Amino acid sequence: MKKIVVLAKQVPDTANITGNTMKEDGTVNRGALPAIFNPEDLNSLEVALQIKEKIGAEISVITMGPPKAVEILKQSLYMGADKVYLVSDRKFAGADTLATSYVLSEVIKNIGGADIILAGRQAIDGDTAQVGPQVAEKLDINSITYISKLKNITDDSITVERDGEVQTEQIKTGFPVLLTITSDANEPRYPDCRLMLKHFRSSIEINFEEHKVEKMQENGWIIPTITREDLGLEIERCGLKGSPTKVHKIKSIKLAGNNLTMYGDNPTEIKKMAQSIIKDYVEVSG
Amino acid sequence: MKGIVFIEKNPATGDLRNVSKELTYKLYTLLQPYKGEVIGIFAGDELPKDINELFKLGLNRLIYYKNDRLKNLQSFAYKNILTSMIKSEEPDIVLFGATHTGRDIAPLVSSALHTGLTADCTQLYIDEYKDKGNILFQRRPAFGGNILATIITPDERPMMASVREGVMQIPEKKLDNPVKLEEFKIDFNENWIKNEFLSIVEKESKVHFNSSDIIVAGGAGVGSVDNFGLIKKLAWALKGEYGASRAAVDFGFAEKERQIGQTGHVVRPKLYIACGISGAVQHRAGMEESQKIIAINKDPDAPIFGIAHMGIVGDINETIPILLKYLKEEK
Ligand SMILES: Cc1cc2nc3c(=O)[nH]c(=O)nc-3n(C[C@H](O)[C@H](O)[C@H](O)COP(=O)(O)OP(=O)(O)OC[C@H]3O[C@@H](n4cnc5c(N)ncnc54)[C@H](O)[C@@H]3O)c2cc1C
Ligand SMILES: Nc1ncnc2c1ncn2[C@@H]1O[C@H](COP(=O)(O)O)[C@@H](O)[C@H]1O
Repeated sequence: MKKIVVLAKQVPDTANITGNTMKEDGTVNRGALPAIFNPEDLNSLEVALQIKEKIGAEISVITMGPPKAVEILKQSLYMGADKVYLVSDRKFAGADTLATSYVLSEVIKNIGGADIILAGRQAIDGDTAQVGPQVAEKLDINSITYISKLKNITDDSITVERDGEVQTEQIKTGFPVLLTITSDANEPRYPDCRLMLKHFRSSIEINFEEHKVEKMQENGWIIPTITREDLGLEIERCGLKGSPTKVHKIKSIKLAGNNLTMYGDNPTEIKKMAQSIIKDYVEVSG
Repeated sequence: MKGIVFIEKNPATGDLRNVSKELTYKLYTLLQPYKGEVIGIFAGDELPKDINELFKLGLNRLIYYKNDRLKNLQSFAYKNILTSMIKSEEPDIVLFGATHTGRDIAPLVSSALHTGLTADCTQLYIDEYKDKGNILFQRRPAFGGNILATIITPDERPMMASVREGVMQIPEKKLDNPVKLEEFKIDFNENWIKNEFLSIVEKESKVHFNSSDIIVAGGAGVGSVDNFGLIKKLAWALKGEYGASRAAVDFGFAEKERQIGQTGHVVRPKLYIACGISGAVQHRAGMEESQKIIAINKDPDAPIFGIAHMGIVGDINETIPILLKYLKEEK
């Protein structure tokens, strides 16, 4: 049975930024944005579930983030993940992609490695598309990015279609491998009602008194939290400290405001605009 | 200062990808004030046919490694080869094109070098920073394009960045650096080849944004596939190309390969006519460098007017037919 790890991130819904999500000073009011399952991570979870249905697999979903990120882990359980892990520690805050991939790769080693690691092509808060490949590099394994289709899977190889920008490639490779999945790959399934009933009480431990914890444990409702100490990681390589890139400055995008000439929406005015276009841009022939 | 640019070949044509030329020249302009050296690195089966072009854009040397096994993307092997090329030169800056190949390999290399990588930069400049001397400032849109962040890598070297095709420009005037090709020696390990390519199908592209002076783009406001015919007609009347916003692509008005914006093409034509496009940041990211922008939108408060030079507040279904009529008459 294959061991699959899905890397998933909770992200602010940047597609729906409106007036009141931008603060007066031009910075983003993260609190005002709903937090969602990074869209392409749902596509990669779907790939994992399809592999499981075909040849059998154990799916672990890992997310690094604040305790609130447990929401996407519960969603993963509702969709059919077998195990979920929250990787959370104040010392992880402010991590760039290098520090993030370091921690994630250590977590993967810690839970016993994987045959297939799946990541989204990119996360919509940063759009960097770096964490996936960097995890592969840290684990010294092969990686294939921009997967647009799962073609075939057997016990010893996987065949995928890759969007190579100018060409579409069909690639066959062995294990272990890390794949990054694009939104073209599939339609992620909906949560399963029975799984929702089974897991809706699941939670990380911190919120409960001792006797409740015991009961939760008995029922398998505890979502494990992994901290820096659990992994024995050097502080220097985590979070802001372990991040070579620093944000120097941030500004909101303001429109430059060109010299704007407006034309009315009536034939006379539109004719004027047509004349201006022709004068500057159309070569008059003959 | 020393800078390296990753040189990429278009596998379909065998020529250089435009972004490699754009970044060579960008690196040249960045380093010229410091009398810096511009070095290209390439790995593959054959050198790009027009490799000498790069020396006219400011390249000083090209370091290359050729092997038939590298005909297609073998990320694991590429990473090992490029990483050791970079290590042997100890550059301050390394630039990659943010193509599907560049975005595949750059993170691997940056991780192997334990250094920072800033993706999809729209602006790069060198300036002094505290006691660190001159460093690279890397500007990029973030948060879905709603903010512009300046990222630095103050302590590690090299400072790595990727830039999308079309963002930087190539000059008309050419330099005359001598061609200098250096073959790189490495113990190639057969185990680095991890991928078997079962088939490769070239994508048919009917879109020629690069060579079009005029682009007419339609958005969600166009309303239907039928109405989108007006956008095409206008583009044809002006001998231009037509494009679309993501919303228009999502509605099926136009093909995905015509999408302009952050996740589509970056274009900078002489004239860009935006029809029924609100002008979301992600769309603007792909077109705001156009020389002239015309906006036609029925909402006078649409952000697109904030970057437009000429505008009509009106319904495209009424205005475009009139515009077409006059364009024909006046010609
Ligand atoms: C990570 C990410 C990446 C993205 N990448 C891109 C990208 O690459 N490219 C892109 O375009 N978008 C991208 N988007 C989406 C972007 O945020 C916007 O949703 C999209 O650009 C909106 O397209 P639109 O302007 O056509 O539609 P809308 O915002 O719906 O605007 C339609 C406009 O048409 C006007 N209108 C309606 N009817 C008429 C009429 N009859 N006549 C005239 N005007 C009319 C309306 O007033 C309105 O201004 C991205 C989003 C995210 C989150
Ligand atoms: N904090 C995180 N926890 C788990 N997975 C992550 C995290 N950040 C990024 N990833 C994974 O890496 C992919 C690319 O992220 P990015 O490099 O930020 O664009 C995402 O789609 C996720 O699969």
